[in-house]
Amino acid sequence: MSKFPNQLALVSLVGVSAIALAVGMSERAAHKAAEAAHEAALHAEATAKSAVPHEPAAAEVADAAPAEEAPAEEVAEAPAPDAPAEPVAVAVVDGATDKLDGQGDTDAMTGEDTAAAQGKFGLGRAALPEEVAAWNLDIMPDGTGLPDGEGDVWTGEEVFADNCAVCHGDFAEGVDNWPKLAGGMDTLDREDPLKTVGSYWPYLSTAFDYVRRSMPFGAAQTMSDDDVYAMVAYILYSNDLVDDDFVLSKETFLEVEMPNADGFIVDDRAETELGLFSAEPCMENCKESVEITMRAAVLDVTPEDAGVPAGTAEAEPVQVAAAAEPAATPEAEAAPAAEEVAAAPAAAADTPDPELVAAGEKVFKKCQACHQVGEGAVNKVGPTLNGIVGRAAGAGEGFKYSKVMAGAGADGLVWTDETLTEYLTNPKAYLKGNRMSFAGLKKAEDTAAVIAYLKAHP
Amino acid sequence: MTTKDKGPSPSRRQFLTGAAAVGAGAMAAGASRAAGPDPLITEVQEWASGMGAGVDATPYGLPIEFEGDVVRRNVEWLTADTISSINFTPIHALDGTITPQGCAFERHHSGAISLRKEDYRLMINGLVDQELVFTYADLERFPRENRVYFCECAANSGMEWAGAQLNGAQFTHGMIHNMEYSGVPLRTLLNEAGVKPEGKWVYVEGADASSNGRSIPLEKALDDVLVAFKANGEALRMEHGYPVRLVVPGWEGNMWVKWLRRIEVTDAAVESREETSKYTDTLADGTSRKWTWEMDAKSVITSPSPQAPITHGPGPLVITGLAWSGRGAITGVDVSVDGGKNWQKARLAAPGQDKALTRFYLDTVWTGEEMFLQSRARDETGYVQPTKNQLREVRGLNSIYHNNGIQTWWVNADGEAENVEIS
Repeated sequence: MSKFPNQLALVSLVGVSAIALAVGMSERAAHKAAEAAHEAALHAEATAKSAVPHEPAAAEVADAAPAEEAPAEEVAEAPAPDAPAEPVAVAVVDGATDKLDGQGDTDAMTGEDTAAAQGKFGLGRAALPEEVAAWNLDIMPDGTGLPDGEGDVWTGEEVFADNCAVCHGDFAEGVDNWPKLAGGMDTLDREDPLKTVGSYWPYLSTAFDYVRRSMPFGAAQTMSDDDVYAMVAYILYSNDLVDDDFVLSKETFLEVEMPNADGFIVDDRAETELGLFSAEPCMENCKESVEITMRAAVLDVTPEDAGVPAGTAEAEPVQVAAAAEPAATPEAEAAPAAEEVAAAPAAAADTPDPELVAAGEKVFKKCQACHQVGEGAVNKVGPTLNGIVGRAAGAGEGFKYSKVMAGAGADGLVWTDETLTEYLTNPKAYLKGNRMSFAGLKKAEDTAAVIAYLKAHP
Repeated sequence: MTTKDKGPSPSRRQFLTGAAAVGAGAMAAGASRAAGPDPLITEVQEWASGMGAGVDATPYGLPIEFEGDVVRRNVEWLTADTISSINFTPIHALDGTITPQGCAFERHHSGAISLRKEDYRLMINGLVDQELVFTYADLERFPRENRVYFCECAANSGMEWAGAQLNGAQFTHGMIHNMEYSGVPLRTLLNEAGVKPEGKWVYVEGADASSNGRSIPLEKALDDVLVAFKANGEALRMEHGYPVRLVVPGWEGNMWVKWLRRIEVTDAAVESREETSKYTDTLADGTSRKWTWEMDAKSVITSPSPQAPITHGPGPLVITGLAWSGRGAITGVDVSVDGGKNWQKARLAAPGQDKALTRFYLDTVWTGEEMFLQSRARDETGYVQPTKNQLREVRGLNSIYHNNGIQTWWVNADGEAENVEIS
């Protein structure tokens, strides 16, 4: 099955005329070609009238990729629109079938395409330098793209403690299932290797780039470049890759040697596997015996509600399933019932405005990375927030609070509209040294909404 | 395609063999006898008398309530948090090849974001003649294509490297979906910006906080990569990158960047987090393969399987499953019911399509004895899906990604199936 339609639309790059060459071309293909021509016409008009930032074509296309000259030549050579055009089309289709050979492919691909191949559409607009600067943040392995700034290990330790330690541990050793960032040297060839920034990551640029653009989890792109430099310096220090007086900057960046820099090879399956796995397979009497060597059921790590039908292999499965239904459902039905019961007292006590609650649910997305509420909520990075309004600070069951939070609760801090508003507006300032790595809600209406949402989960 | 078993004779022969083992008596009649009249037939049912739901009862329809367990499922212990996690397509309960969006697996690195079309911007920058910004409306004005492709996470079956672990095709092979995409070829957009001769790669990046970014060689970018905004005829779902995602046919799912916001033409790979610290395959000696983009040919029997046991007892049985290859079309699938001692060619529901799922069937007769079910895919390059042990011999146990080894389901005499490994 060829994925290259047997069609070819050649659009003049200079004028607005278009020639559709059809070799066994279907009506639809012809229509497509006509559409393409129409687009090109529109485009030519647009270029003539307005300041479309990029030139319409021929010169640029030819400049950019020599391979793309071919279609242009074909235009020149093409006979009258209604004359047979087989040589051209055949050439294109031939090239297309052989697309894994490199540069020639591009040629074929574009040759096969519609107007876009030769002409441009004049769509979009020029990106402004400020816009490119705002998004073009990736850093290349040689440090290209690094911003100005610097940071030292000790500053990094503070920044890390404030922003990262809840998940990654005070020493970057990782909490629960969260990634460990340090350690694991010389474990890559062992069972269960420990892959950290120190033991595995080949380029320092990756660490800086990732931390700067994607961390902390739930508050990406909120740290200053200096803080990112400091934090990365601290991660390097945690991996024993730099001394404690190290200052990371654009200038010192290339001094750091990553232990696993040479630990990668480019995919070699073509050499090591494809031949091995392309032998004619055995169809009959391929082995003597079959013995079970391992069973998933013995390990028992499959989620319980896996949707396995009840009454498997029973003589009358339908009836058995029906009979089993009452037994199987209590859990499922209990959930909504419990919710209703839970909602009732809330309504009686302090009826939150449903619209405000709904708005709060949206705002709560900012909190979800760490907190759960509602039926089945469990402590995660942060404590579950069911019943938080009206409760003493640091009193959630089974959660290990920071000393200051537990202390504030012991000293009588209770979460009310007022105290929560103050806390959520600026968590760091409200209770210095608490572990919540959240910058705070900027809008008062967001704070009010999220508190209403929390009240709806007593 | 190779459908030797299509004619009536082989299946009749199997049928009779099966019948002999079970006891010919039941088969001779052709159908079993009812003990008494079925009230579902003899009594007028409520639905045959009253009225059903009117139009507009559900302006956007969901599956009927009885299919409520055909849903994506998560394996909680896999990841620290559902915000950066994966769930699994219920492939054990689906048929055909197209995955409905609502149950197609999700993988997020920083949660699924809701991004309005009006707020959507796509930037092309770097080694181009003209750096450009497109709106969603701009993208709709380029000529577009419709193509069906599978998207498989590189980690699909990754939990099975060290041995049988999860009991269900959904969990062992469900990090895959297959949709019909409508979108603009990436080469059209690159042509619009004009790639400079020194441009060799594109770095593609999403708009969410994870800023997932991957480097793709220019050759692939100019080949079959799509900038897609519709799947199965309708807008992409939020969890699949609404309003615009990248489709990188045959290559690992992590490269199919969702909420695509930027395409940078570069002269080298960026070596981002997702192409160095993750999605690299560590071999037994501790070195790791990088840029392992292509998904090897693979298949799995979706039914019977642990979540889809045989409930009907001995007799006619449909064995079915899915096969796919990142290197092209599937040309054949073999099925074994005895753990790989003997193989028979399965019937492909339709000829294999380039980098898309292929549905296969083996219409057989179950004797009621235990089976060790396996399937083995072959693609147009001649590649034959290896056993897990063959893979381990080359790669060791720590590769995590790209496990395409042959899966075994042990079906017992009760029709229940379990994920096992065999000698």
